[in-house]
Amino acid sequence: MTMLTHLTLAGMRAQLRARTIAARELTMAHLAAMQKHRALNAFITETPEAALAEADAADAKLAKGNGGALTGIPLAIKDLFCTDGVRTTAGSKILENFVPPYESTVSANLKRDGAIFVGKTNLDEFAMGSSNMTSAYGPVRNPWTRRGDNAAVLVPGGSSGGSAAAVAARLVPGATATDTGGSIRQPAAFTGIVGIKPTYGRCSRWGIVAFASSLDQAGPMARTVEDAAILLTSMSGHDPKDSTSAPLPVPDFAADLEKPLAGLRVGVPKEYQLEGTPPEITASWEQGVAWLKDAGCSIHSISLPHTKYALPTYYIVAPAEASSNLARYDGVRFGLRVPGEDLDDLYANTRAEGFGAEVRRRILIGTYVLSAGYYDAYYLKAQKVRARILADFTEAFRSVDVVLTPATPGAAFAQGEKMDDPVTMYLNDVFTVTANLAGLPGVSVPAGLDSQGLPLGLQLIGKPFDEVTMLRAARALERAADFRALPALGA
Amino acid sequence: MEYRIEGSTGAWEVVIGLEVHAQVVSQSKLFSGAATAFGAAPNSQVSLVDAAFPGMLPVINAECVAQAVRTGLGLNATINLESRFDRKNYFYADLPAGYQISQYQMPVVGTGTMIIDLPDGSSKSIGITRLHLEQDAGKSLHDQHPTKSYIDLNRAGVALMEIVSEPDLRSPEEAGAYMRKLRSILRYLGTCDGNMEAGSLRADVNVSVRRPGEDKFRTRCEIKNVNSIRFVMHAVEAEAKRQVEVWEQGGEVRQETRLYDPGRGETRPMRSKEHAHDYRYFPDPDLLPLKLDPAWVERLKAHLPELPDAKKARFVAQYGIPAYDAGVLVVEKATADFYEAVATGRDGKQAANWVMGDLFGALNRTGKSIDTSPVTAENLGALLDLINDATINGKIAKDVFEAMVETGEAPGAIVEKRGLRQVTDTGAIDTAIDAVLAANDAKVAEYRGGSEKLFGWFVGQVMRQMKGKGNPALVNEALKRKLG
Repeated sequence: MTMLTHLTLAGMRAQLRARTIAARELTMAHLAAMQKHRALNAFITETPEAALAEADAADAKLAKGNGGALTGIPLAIKDLFCTDGVRTTAGSKILENFVPPYESTVSANLKRDGAIFVGKTNLDEFAMGSSNMTSAYGPVRNPWTRRGDNAAVLVPGGSSGGSAAAVAARLVPGATATDTGGSIRQPAAFTGIVGIKPTYGRCSRWGIVAFASSLDQAGPMARTVEDAAILLTSMSGHDPKDSTSAPLPVPDFAADLEKPLAGLRVGVPKEYQLEGTPPEITASWEQGVAWLKDAGCSIHSISLPHTKYALPTYYIVAPAEASSNLARYDGVRFGLRVPGEDLDDLYANTRAEGFGAEVRRRILIGTYVLSAGYYDAYYLKAQKVRARILADFTEAFRSVDVVLTPATPGAAFAQGEKMDDPVTMYLNDVFTVTANLAGLPGVSVPAGLDSQGLPLGLQLIGKPFDEVTMLRAARALERAADFRALPALGA
Repeated sequence: MEYRIEGSTGAWEVVIGLEVHAQVVSQSKLFSGAATAFGAAPNSQVSLVDAAFPGMLPVINAECVAQAVRTGLGLNATINLESRFDRKNYFYADLPAGYQISQYQMPVVGTGTMIIDLPDGSSKSIGITRLHLEQDAGKSLHDQHPTKSYIDLNRAGVALMEIVSEPDLRSPEEAGAYMRKLRSILRYLGTCDGNMEAGSLRADVNVSVRRPGEDKFRTRCEIKNVNSIRFVMHAVEAEAKRQVEVWEQGGEVRQETRLYDPGRGETRPMRSKEHAHDYRYFPDPDLLPLKLDPAWVERLKAHLPELPDAKKARFVAQYGIPAYDAGVLVVEKATADFYEAVATGRDGKQAANWVMGDLFGALNRTGKSIDTSPVTAENLGALLDLINDATINGKIAKDVFEAMVETGEAPGAIVEKRGLRQVTDTGAIDTAIDAVLAANDAKVAEYRGGSEKLFGWFVGQVMRQMKGKGNPALVNEALKRKLG
């Protein structure tokens, strides 16, 4: 059993196709692991019966030799993706009993390719958070613990903390996630796995509960670059139902991972050397530079001068869009309804009871920055800065092919830490938000352990729609890092 | 002839601008595939996008864009090759997303002009400020249940064009003429059915007053959602009078949103809850900027139908009718088509008289429209032919026309069946005259004694003798000869 759940997704696929394992057997192994590690609170909803039925159907297909790219592979779906007939909560009480009558395009693409869904993973409420502490369904536990300190329960990062914990603890070989300011890459770094945020427009947003429409992008989490690339290939593609989806063909992202990197130009942005960055983060970054150099890359110092404005810009744009996107949760048509004297009362009661503190805070910030008299000073200014940030990258990509940065300013922190002041929490996104603001692809790769025995991640940022090159560099980092450490729980 | 409101301290000028909401004629909604037909069962034409379910996204309907562009071209307006959709945020139960997708800063159509035709036969050019596309909201029904409101989302997401005029209108009549002309153009283009009863065309009326000669506008009030042309005119008058009173009593008109109450014939302020204060507009991140291909716009332009102004000019030139008649005939395309079918190959003026006089009268009387007219254009044309080739005379023609209205039959058949053919046989005419003269010796003597006005009386008697079928010219001629 243990052996099955520790295989890579590519390895499982090979064995399923060779019929040396059955989809049912593989699914049962993962369902057992999920049951065993319920304390992680990685799942909001488990769907074991449906998973086993799908597994049997997968075995029938595999027996006939006509399986798809993912036939028989158990996956977890972040509970922000609407799933037909399966409750979808977005981590919020306001959608506690919401069962969508439709399937998101990304999860439908995975189903088309034969994937088996074992459940819906926990997340920060409406994907707003970097710790998974804002979920209405309780926080997720990071399967990693500090060396010699089993008392402190660490966060898996957020918002895709449930997906990250499930993949790291070997409850599933891969999961879907979404990234608005770092929600894939930060939890991937905190749990020692790979997370890809593709170029904005690569994956359809149709059927994903919206947080900030101009920043939201779906992507995969897995334990290897190859596994994540396999999932991304299935998830991607133009969708006429999403006007912002790119009408571009989808390459096989896993095909060229082993191609030599000789001649690849790697940019190292000086503005990412922040004051107060822990020496271990700087050391990990320098190690990454050395690895890519060894792999034949040329290293270039680059400047992204507007970096320091990225975080404040993000915390204007994202709440502004969220304040509008979340207006539909009003108690009128679906989800929670708390009655009142009149319509205004119904709104106030429903939203006060249905939304948690962080969601309410961001709705208030967003409402404020869009208000008459403040729009120009905040939202419009933020959009102008956003254009500058993109221009910085466009300029840099004239002389480099990928950009290398740390994924996070530190390793996973404990539940309850950084909770006093929202701004401290927001600083977690400092290295990741730029890729969202510029619409660029980013990937977080495990680079090693810090002195406390916790994983650290490195981030690569690629050119628009050039995930292929970015993932080849990621594979080189993965090869060099040779990350084999296992978390205390789930291992 | 300038319209003035006479106050206690002198005359006032009225300044009016109109924002007209016109429902776009299209199979499906502006951002979803749901149908748009009027009168369907409540909530039967609602997609997941219209109901704003989580994760649903809008996709622009190209046909609605084409309709807006056609309308812009029909208003001689600039077409903006790049425009944008914004979100207008407010909470209401029949607004599922909590925002309306509209075009706030960059509308698809820019400035244009429209000529309005006034009752005295004069014309005036009115500036169009802009036209933009937006979604309609759903409908709240408050009278179906003692404590609850019902929501019908059939209309939610249906495409509207908001057409904004410059404050160029100066009287209730001009406001009415503007509405009529706009409706006429929209119907010609097929971009809005103009049906005000069904709510396809509604107006927000902006009114202010000032002293004649003042060059600045004073504070205006907006009267929301007026749904008939008559009410637009009444609302302007009532609101202007109210404002004159406020100014004259030393008060100040406050900028506010008001409603017109047709029962009381007055406007009143909306309750503050009836409108939101801050819509927090921002570009909709779910939609890309709307970019139009100039060649596509050119193709739409090339396929525009002939519009009322052009048709009016052509009718004047081609059929030799007065501008006023042409203006009346072109208001509805169906009427213009009817007239043209009658006038082609015939006397245009005669055709215009029959259409505008007898036909309009008959339609009014019978409550029918030009589309359901019992008299077809072909039959009316045939009737004119019977007059012009002297088969019947003008008086009989009126009777034949009434029979056509009643039965819908062709005039030739009616004439034959009822034996109404004009008598041109001079023998028969002479016989009739002789009979009349023989029976009225006294009158004949009177006439011959100089009472020439009796001639008409003799004509009437002869026609009566001939059951109205005598050829008037021949009867006149023979009578003159016989009376000597």
